[in-house]
Amino acid sequence: MASITFDKVGKIYPGGNRVITDVNLNISDGEFLVLVGPSGCGKSTLLRMIAGLEEVTEGELKIGDRVVNDVTPKDRDIAMVFQNYALYPHMTVFDNMAFGLKLRKMPKEEINRRVGEAARVLELGEYLQRKPKALSGGQRQRVAMGRAIVREPSAFLMDEPLSNLDAKLRVQMRSEIGMLQQRLGTTTVYVTHDQVEAMTMGERVAVMRKGRIQQVDTPRNLYDFPDNLFVAGFIGSPSMNFIYATLEGEGDEVYANMAGDRVKLDRTAVAEKSALANYKGKEIVVGIRPEMFELVAAVPSADPEQTISVTVGLVEQLGSEAFIHFVKPSPPVVTPDIRELLADQGTDAASLGNETKFTARVDPDFTPKPGEEAKLVVETQKLHFFDKDTGDAIR
Amino acid sequence: MTAETASAGAAPSLANVSQDATRVPGEPKSRSWLVRALVLVIAVAWTVPTAGLLISSLRPEVDVSGTGWWTIFAHPFELTQFTVANYERVLTAEGLFGAFINSLIVTIPATVIPITLAAFAAYGFAWTRFRGRSFLFAIVVGLLVVPLQMSLVPLLRLYGNYDLVGTFVGVWLAHTGFGLPLAIYLLYNYISQLPKDIFESAYIDGATPFTAFTRLVLPLSFPAIASFAIFQFLWVWNDLLVSLVFLGTNPDVAVLTARVSQLVGSRGAAWHLLTAGAFVSMVVPLIVFLALQRFFVRGLLAGSVKG
Repeated sequence: MASITFDKVGKIYPGGNRVITDVNLNISDGEFLVLVGPSGCGKSTLLRMIAGLEEVTEGELKIGDRVVNDVTPKDRDIAMVFQNYALYPHMTVFDNMAFGLKLRKMPKEEINRRVGEAARVLELGEYLQRKPKALSGGQRQRVAMGRAIVREPSAFLMDEPLSNLDAKLRVQMRSEIGMLQQRLGTTTVYVTHDQVEAMTMGERVAVMRKGRIQQVDTPRNLYDFPDNLFVAGFIGSPSMNFIYATLEGEGDEVYANMAGDRVKLDRTAVAEKSALANYKGKEIVVGIRPEMFELVAAVPSADPEQTISVTVGLVEQLGSEAFIHFVKPSPPVVTPDIRELLADQGTDAASLGNETKFTARVDPDFTPKPGEEAKLVVETQKLHFFDKDTGDAIR
Repeated sequence: MTAETASAGAAPSLANVSQDATRVPGEPKSRSWLVRALVLVIAVAWTVPTAGLLISSLRPEVDVSGTGWWTIFAHPFELTQFTVANYERVLTAEGLFGAFINSLIVTIPATVIPITLAAFAAYGFAWTRFRGRSFLFAIVVGLLVVPLQMSLVPLLRLYGNYDLVGTFVGVWLAHTGFGLPLAIYLLYNYISQLPKDIFESAYIDGATPFTAFTRLVLPLSFPAIASFAIFQFLWVWNDLLVSLVFLGTNPDVAVLTARVSQLVGSRGAAWHLLTAGAFVSMVVPLIVFLALQRFFVRGLLAGSVKG
């Protein structure tokens, strides 16, 4: 058991290519931390740096109290589960799990005991003499887990361990890994690109982009208090709607003018976000989660000053809920990552046109038909506000 | 030479069996019959001379010089027309047994040494980062194009300085040198294709580069190693040139090929002895090839197609 501490950690490849920038993170003993981000954000590299498979070129990495920058992987007392399991194809399941223990010259009885115990927990008992190729994907995944467990390391590192499984098995293994980790209480760092996996599994989630950690917090806080546009857009499915709006003061009230739709903001919410006062009369980005919309038909008591009219586009009826899609005549919000994407393609924001797409999650009983006009009420106490230029949350 | 033709003859017919097992169900029957017929023709064409050799070697001297080997099919079950006297004669009086042992003494180390070295070298080239790696590897691959005949004279002179001429050590070294470039190249292709993850996993599990080599690379590369072992074994066993140059024809050290070639020289018309001698020299390659045939085919494919 050990904590893992990053102190101003960075990584530059020999060619000068920078992949990790100034990571400061303290993963406490026994914690389940998820690193999440789009592909190429450096999350796997960061994990491999903990494992010792990638060199730390800047800063200090500690496991427990020991600086491990120059410690070889085998001496770091960690175990890793790889995306494609990396089982030894010529060894039986038993030998795969026992390999690390044999290399450490552990007594035979102890090896048998540990492998037996892991096989029991992971329900691999009857497969111990099989080779990996005779196992299904889920079973291989368990063997990879077992190989990590038997080592009884001070930390588990998992690199997208579920991404090669089918959807159903993934959900099942997700909860099994979660329960296993809680039972063992071993510090775990888990890398995924799937934000649902991140939110459901992590005690804390670190959202990464372009080699930097954007925000580290509990899943709930990431969802409710995203630090910037990137985190706000990345966490949550369907993702948060963004639109440019101008803040307009009128007496005691503050209104957000979103492409002609004037919505009165919740007074307490405005009061809590003190920085908002500096943005009066200026253009900002408003973030609206899909569930902050509701059909007026379902909430007859809605304040008319907090409703907007939309022309319904696509309707997705799921039974328990329904999603309606609509557009507003306003240039789409360009988040920093979209801006980079556009730059890569050699275009700019102007090419995105003048339509902002919205998704609203509404009561399935009152769903309008595509093409119909509908009135939606906006739950204004839970709106998010962001600086238009920096993308940072206004609080 | 005969051994090579015989073993090459075995390959298509055996390959045909496996091909049949994996035949695509939708494939038109006529085409598969055409393939079979072709394969059969090739197999027969390659096998007939070998069969003739075997039959001749079992016939008495008088019969061999009087009639062709195919005449036995007129009365195939008349066992009195067969004899093992030719074999007795070549193995004892003509000294082929000693040569047989010498061939084994030459061939086994001349197979094991280059493969061992090549496996280490290929692992190093594939998985260790060091300065000049690509340059060194290019040199090794470049050596593939150097004909070994070019090095015979300089090597022989060098051997003279160290008293290696006519010794087994000398011929082992020569075969090792001649075999290494291809061995390293083939094994490199295979070993470099092993998934990186399993090495990383092994390092985390506590392996050193050396334990990773012995516990992972060697067992996982078995098909490639076996396939090259067969190559090298057959090549050394059938080799006449290198052994003639470095060992000579002294009966104490001469190998089978050298002795059989002497039989041709001294007994140009003694077909009954020549055929028996030739068959003695063919037995081992045939056994090796047939026993390891599945690795042979698999190992050759293994490097090229990523499993």
